[in-house]
Amino acid sequence: MYDTVIIGAGMSGLAAGIRLAHFGKRVCILERHSVIGGLNSFYRQGGRTYDVGLHAVTNFAPKGSRRGPFARLLRQLRVTWEDWALAPQLGSAIVFPGAILQFSNEFELFESEVRLRFPRQVDNFRRLVSSLHDYDQFGASGANRSARQVVGEIIDDPLLVEMLFCPILFYGGAREHDIDFDQFSILFRAIFLEGLARPLTGIQMILKMLVRRFKDLGGELRLRAAVERIAVESNAVRKVVLQDGSEIETRNVLSSAGWAETMQLCDDEAEQPQSPPGRLSFVESISILNTPPGELGYDKTIVFFNDSEKFHYEKPDELTDFRSGTVCSPNNFAYSEPLSEGMIRISALANFDRWAALDPDRYREEKARCYEQLSASAARFVPDFRRAVVETDLFTPRTIHRFTGHADGAIYGSAQKSRDGTTRLNNLFICGNDQGLVGIVGTIISGISIANRHLLK
Amino acid sequence: MTAAEIRQAVLHILADIAPDEDLSNLKEDVPFREQLEMDSMDFLDIVMELRKRYRIQIPEEQYTELASMASTVRYLEPRMKDL
Repeated sequence: MYDTVIIGAGMSGLAAGIRLAHFGKRVCILERHSVIGGLNSFYRQGGRTYDVGLHAVTNFAPKGSRRGPFARLLRQLRVTWEDWALAPQLGSAIVFPGAILQFSNEFELFESEVRLRFPRQVDNFRRLVSSLHDYDQFGASGANRSARQVVGEIIDDPLLVEMLFCPILFYGGAREHDIDFDQFSILFRAIFLEGLARPLTGIQMILKMLVRRFKDLGGELRLRAAVERIAVESNAVRKVVLQDGSEIETRNVLSSAGWAETMQLCDDEAEQPQSPPGRLSFVESISILNTPPGELGYDKTIVFFNDSEKFHYEKPDELTDFRSGTVCSPNNFAYSEPLSEGMIRISALANFDRWAALDPDRYREEKARCYEQLSASAARFVPDFRRAVVETDLFTPRTIHRFTGHADGAIYGSAQKSRDGTTRLNNLFICGNDQGLVGIVGTIISGISIANRHLLK
Repeated sequence: MTAAEIRQAVLHILADIAPDEDLSNLKEDVPFREQLEMDSMDFLDIVMELRKRYRIQIPEEQYTELASMASTVRYLEPRMKDL
């Protein structure tokens, strides 16, 4: 009998597992795949290791910082700043027609860029920054206010509003067009006030550290352990049944598999909540270059681009929406040694249903076509790197669906969140994206706080 | 345990919670909240570490007793003297 069974060995599940194991709970993490990580995973192909979800770790804090989510995470998991080996970004930009805003981990740069491009908005911009919610206010206000409305009342230049929403929605918007203001606040802090960073060896370094920590504390991790159903009796989970037929008895279940996705596993007859799948999914191309991107004149860490004055954050009608996207170079962080190869990653909004409907031959064709179009689209905003490409790969909403289990490959889960992590069953809890926190640091904090609140008392 | 041993035990817990922190100059009477910028999650951790290591149960309404090193040692002394 376990104290807690955790579904999913992603960031939130591993973090929760570490907390529970540290305080002597008997805990087992079930992962349906043979690799861990969920959305933030990695795979090997042709002798190279590719990250899936990670562009950058947001919420960067320099060594010795005591405040903010990253410092909290270090203390809660009992790991050191060095364990993360984070290298800060070189500098990023938001690029719209006729306007560029650069930003780095020094917030002064962003503010001076706003002053330069939008001189009349700089006071409003400062007002917006000072009205951002604190992390502790997250989910506390009860009322979910539209960030479009709050920001629109403070900043009256629509172009600046669109340029602020572009990176924030790309890096954490679970619904179309808009986001709750407290989530906007968290993402604004995470991206602009704290900043971006990456470990030299990418996501696998973070995952390995978390798994080592979990196992050192006596936690059990089972790979290729897909949950078939959650057996429910009188409003409580009794056991978890795996697809191989084995049964696991547990006092509690903590699931990172998505809220609706988890409730659908429950075998009682209760009516399922009507929580529509999230509509936002992505394609991402990966290009390996024969030279560092800096040699081609590309020195930015991330470029968020949009080709008109209005940013459309919505599920496209076509397979892929090439009007906007993000370009990321994992090379352009301040590492102690350079990466062995140049790499560019480009992502853009995509339609899950359209990608899911393709037969294998069409799927392969469309992937190749999408890769070409993504590269051409990005070349409008960053130096053209195409002649330096030696190897490519592309992942689609189908890939995201496979790695995360999120219905419809919704990258940030459903638009509906369970903020306090509770469900209609008294010993079943939700952590991860569907608890409402996104990003690597965010989902780790999600796992920690739900474990603390419901499973450690 | 003596007051000095209890102080040492609390220091070990703090060092575990905040491994990057230099605790050699920790002031006795200044709240942890101010000196180490600890938040409610951290206080809960001190409580849970005490429970895990020494089987000391601290009711939630008494968490405020753990504000500073001096008050923590004062609070724990009668509860840990037989350990």
